[in-house]
Amino acid sequence: MAQPLGAGGRSFDAEGVSVSQPTAAPADARGARVGVRRVWRRFARNPGAVFGLAVFLGIVAMAVLAPVLAPYDPLAQGVGKPLEGPTFAHWAGTDSFGRDIMSRIIYGARVALVVGLVAVALAMVIGVTLGLISGYYGGVVDVVIMRVMDGLFAFPIIILAIAMMAVMGFGVRNVIIAVAVGFIAPFARVTRGDVLAVKEEPYIEAARLAGVGSLAIIFRHVLPNVLAPIIVQGALRVSGAIITESGLSFLGLGPPPPTPAWGRMIAEGQTFIVMAPHVATIPGIALMLAIVALNLLGDGLRDTLDPRMRR
Amino acid sequence: MTGSEPVLDVRDLTVEFSSEDGPLRAVDGVSFRIRRGEIVGLVGESGAGKSLTSEAIMGLIRRPPGRIAGEVWFGGRDLLTLDEPALARIRGKDIAMIFQNPSASLNPVFRVGDQMLEAMALHLPEPRAALRERVVETLGRVGISSPRARARDYPHQFSGGMAQRVMIGMGISCVPSLLIADEPTTALDVTIQAQVLALIRGLARELGVAVLLVSHDLGIISQMCHRVLVMYAGRVVEEASVATIFRAPAHPYTRGLIECLPRLHGNGRLGAIAGMMPGLRALPSGCRFHPRCPIAEPRCAAEAPALRPLATDRAAACHLAGVS
Amino acid sequence: MVRFVVSRIGQTLAVLFTVSVIIFALMRMIPGDPVLMRLGDDFTQEAYERLRTQLGFDRSIATQYLIWIRDVLSGDLGDSFLNHERVAKLVLDAFIPTLTLVVASVIVGLLIAVPSGIIAAMRKDSAWDYGSMGFAIFVYSMPAFWKGIVLIWIFSVYLGWFPAMGYVHPWTDLSQGLWRLVLPAVTLGTFFSGLVARIIRSSLLEVLDQDYIKAARARGVRQAALVYRHALANALIPVVTVIGLQFGTLLGGAVLTETVFAIPGMGRLSVSAILNRDYSVVQGAILVGVFAVVVVNLLVDLTYAFLNPRIRVA
Repeated sequence: MAQPLGAGGRSFDAEGVSVSQPTAAPADARGARVGVRRVWRRFARNPGAVFGLAVFLGIVAMAVLAPVLAPYDPLAQGVGKPLEGPTFAHWAGTDSFGRDIMSRIIYGARVALVVGLVAVALAMVIGVTLGLISGYYGGVVDVVIMRVMDGLFAFPIIILAIAMMAVMGFGVRNVIIAVAVGFIAPFARVTRGDVLAVKEEPYIEAARLAGVGSLAIIFRHVLPNVLAPIIVQGALRVSGAIITESGLSFLGLGPPPPTPAWGRMIAEGQTFIVMAPHVATIPGIALMLAIVALNLLGDGLRDTLDPRMRR
Repeated sequence: MTGSEPVLDVRDLTVEFSSEDGPLRAVDGVSFRIRRGEIVGLVGESGAGKSLTSEAIMGLIRRPPGRIAGEVWFGGRDLLTLDEPALARIRGKDIAMIFQNPSASLNPVFRVGDQMLEAMALHLPEPRAALRERVVETLGRVGISSPRARARDYPHQFSGGMAQRVMIGMGISCVPSLLIADEPTTALDVTIQAQVLALIRGLARELGVAVLLVSHDLGIISQMCHRVLVMYAGRVVEEASVATIFRAPAHPYTRGLIECLPRLHGNGRLGAIAGMMPGLRALPSGCRFHPRCPIAEPRCAAEAPALRPLATDRAAACHLAGVS
Repeated sequence: MVRFVVSRIGQTLAVLFTVSVIIFALMRMIPGDPVLMRLGDDFTQEAYERLRTQLGFDRSIATQYLIWIRDVLSGDLGDSFLNHERVAKLVLDAFIPTLTLVVASVIVGLLIAVPSGIIAAMRKDSAWDYGSMGFAIFVYSMPAFWKGIVLIWIFSVYLGWFPAMGYVHPWTDLSQGLWRLVLPAVTLGTFFSGLVARIIRSSLLEVLDQDYIKAARARGVRQAALVYRHALANALIPVVTVIGLQFGTLLGGAVLTETVFAIPGMGRLSVSAILNRDYSVVQGAILVGVFAVVVVNLLVDLTYAFLNPRIRVA
C-alpha cells in the first residue's frame, strides 16, 4: 500500500505517526554515550513524556512486586462479600466470586506487560531483521518480503489475532505469538524505509570498499543509524499490543480463567453493570492509565528523537 | 521621475523579537523614502534584515511575537497603525509584493487562474466574467503564451520563471503604487532572470510604480536601481545613488562588498571581508561592523555612528566616512 | 494519473493474493481432520474416502487453493458447519451492521476532530490547544470496549437516554436505527477523533507556515479565507488518507464494540464461529473483512490522487 503524501511531502504511517529520516552523521560508541545524556535532557523537558515514563515504570514495579503489593490472593474466592463496591478493606471492591478486585488488577498488570513487551520485542526482532535484509539486499528478496508484509499489514490486528487463535487455541502464549505476528509488518516497513536511505550514505560505501562483509555492515553500521525510529515505533506499539491483548481477553480468547486479565475482568463486569458498575469500570481505569502513559511515552520519545533526526 | 511626495516614507523602523537571551532587534532604526517611478535597492547579506524590513512594511510579521516600532507612511497613513482588515484592503491593491520562491508562492491545489481571479475580485468591483477576461489579459501581458489555457493549469505545471511572471501579473493587475520585490530572481536561471527584471523595470518606467528591490546580488542592483541602501546587521550603513555607490562607496562595508565582486580586469584575486556578520545575540558594541573593518578606530567600538548625510541624496553611517 | 491508478490497482491485486494465501494457509493449519469433523458419528472408511474426494482434499495443496479461489470469486464461501446456511449470506448479513457502525463512527469522529483540530492549530499553545489535544490523547487511549461499557453505564443505566444494546438498520427505521447507533458510534468515533484531531492540527500548522499562505496574505486575502479556504484545502488532504489507513483499525474496533452493544455484526459472528469451531464461517468472515480493508484503502488512495492536483494533472 502506498505511503501517502501530505501537503508538505510528509508521510504518515498507519497510526498517523510521521515517519522520519535517519541522521546524516554516523553513530559511534562514544558519540552514543554523550548523545544519550543530551537526549535524556531534551526528553525530560516534556512533562507528558516524563509522566508517561513514570507511570509505566510504576506499572512495571506493580507487576514485579505483585505478590508483595496485593492485599489478597487474586484467585481466592469469598474473601469479601461478592459484588461489593469499594471499601476500606477492598479498595476496588469485589467481583461476583467475592474476589478482591484490587489484587486482581495488580496481578493483571503482569499479563498485560508480559504480552505487551514480549510480543513487541518478538515483532521487533523479526520485523527489523526482515526490514534490514529487504532494504539492504533489495531485488527479488525485497519484493517478496514486502509483498508478504503488505499482505500481513492489511489485516487489522484484532482480526489477525482472532484468526491465529482459531488455529492455535487460546492462552497467553498464543496471544503473544498472534500479537507479535501482527506487528512484524510495521517494524519491517519502517526499518526498510530507513535502511534504504542509510544505504546510500558514503560511510556505508566506504565500509564496503574496505572489504567489510555484508552482514557486518548491516549490523554494525546500518543498524545503529536506523535504531532511533525503531525504538519510537516500539514504544508506541507496546500500547497497541496491550490494547489488543485486553481486547482478546475481553472476547474470551485470552488467558483462561481464573487468571486475572484486565480485558476479561471488564467483560465479566459488564453483566453486573446495573448493580455493581465498579466491577467493569475500575479495571478499565488501570488499563487506560497504562495506555495513556505508554502513548505519552511514545510521543515523547518521538519528539525527542525525531526532530534531531529530521534536521 | 520625481514626484514631490514620496510614495513610501519609512521612518525609524524597528523590528524586535523576544528570545531567551532577551529582545533581539533584527531591524534597527531603518529609514528611507521611495518616490514615484523610482527603483530603490535594499542590499545586504542574508540575515541583515532586508526581508524583515519589507515584511514589516506589508504588515506580514506576526506581533506578538514580533514588536514593531517606527512609522511607515503610505498613501497618507501610517501602515503600522492600521488593523488587519484595513491592511488587507491595501495589500495586493496599492502595495504588491513578490517573493523569492515563486513556485512556492502559489497554492498548489487551486488553479492559477482561480487564484488570480480571487486576488482581483478582492480589490476590483467588476463582475466575475469581466475579471476572468482580465486574468487572461494579464497573463498575456506578462508574456505567458496561450494564456487562456494556462489559466486553467495548476502551479506545479509552471516553471519558476513562468510562476514569477504570474506573481508579477497578480501584483500589477490592480496597478499598485508600490511594488516590493524580495529576491525575485534568486531562484531563477540567469536568462529568465533578465526577462523578469525587464518586466519590473518596465513597470517603473511606464506605469510609474515605485519599486523596493531587495537583493543580495550587487549585479542586479546595479542593473535595476536608481538608488541603493546598504544594510548590515539590521541597520542601514550607506545610502546613495547607484552610480555613486559603485564609483565611490563611502562606507567600508560597501567598499568591501564591491571589492568582492569578480572583475574582468584585476589582479586575479577575489576580495573578501574577513569574519562573518554577527548574529543578533552577539552584536558588537558601537559600530556593528567595527570588528571586521579595515580602518576601524577605538572610537568605532565605543560609539555607534549615525547615518549622516554626506551630500545631497547621500548618507553613510561611519565615523570615517569619505576616508578612502 | 492513469499510471498511478493502474499501479495502485496492480498493487491491490498483489495484496489480495497474498492475503488470500495467508488465510488459506491459516485455515489449513487448524488441527484436526476437517473431513472427520464433518462425518462426525457417521464414520465409515468408505464414507470418509468419498467425502474426502468430494471436498477435494485428495488434490495437491495448490489445486485446493485454486479451487477455493474459484469458489470465492463466484460468491461461494461454503456452508456453515453448524446450521448449514451459506457462509456468504451469513457474512454479508453480519457485515452490513458492522459497516454501518464504522461509517457512523467516522462521521461522528470527523464532526469532533475537524473543529477541534482547527481550533487547536489556530490557538496554538493556548489552553484550547492543550485542552483539546489532551482530550484527544485521552479518548484515543481508552480501550473501545471499556469506553462502551462506561458510556452504557452513564447514558443508559444512569441517565436512561439511550438503549444499551441492539441494532436496527437505519434504512429500515431511521429514528430507531440512529438512536441505537448513538452510543456505539460515539464509542468508536471518539477514538477515531482522537487520532484525526492531532493530525489535522499538525497538518494545518505545517500548511500555515508555507510560503503560499504568506503570499496570499500579501495579496490581500482576508484571514478567514486564508484559513478556511487556502490552508484547509491543503491540510485536509492527508486526512483523507488517514481515514483509509484507519479503516482497518476501525473495523477491529467495531468487532469489539459490537460485542459490548450486542450488535449482530462481524465481531459476534467470528467469535461465536471460533468458539463453535465453525471454521468455514471464520474463514469467510476474515476473508470478507480483510478484502474490505484492502479495497477501502485502494479507494482512499484513488480519492487522494484525485484531490491532489500534482497527481491528478501530471
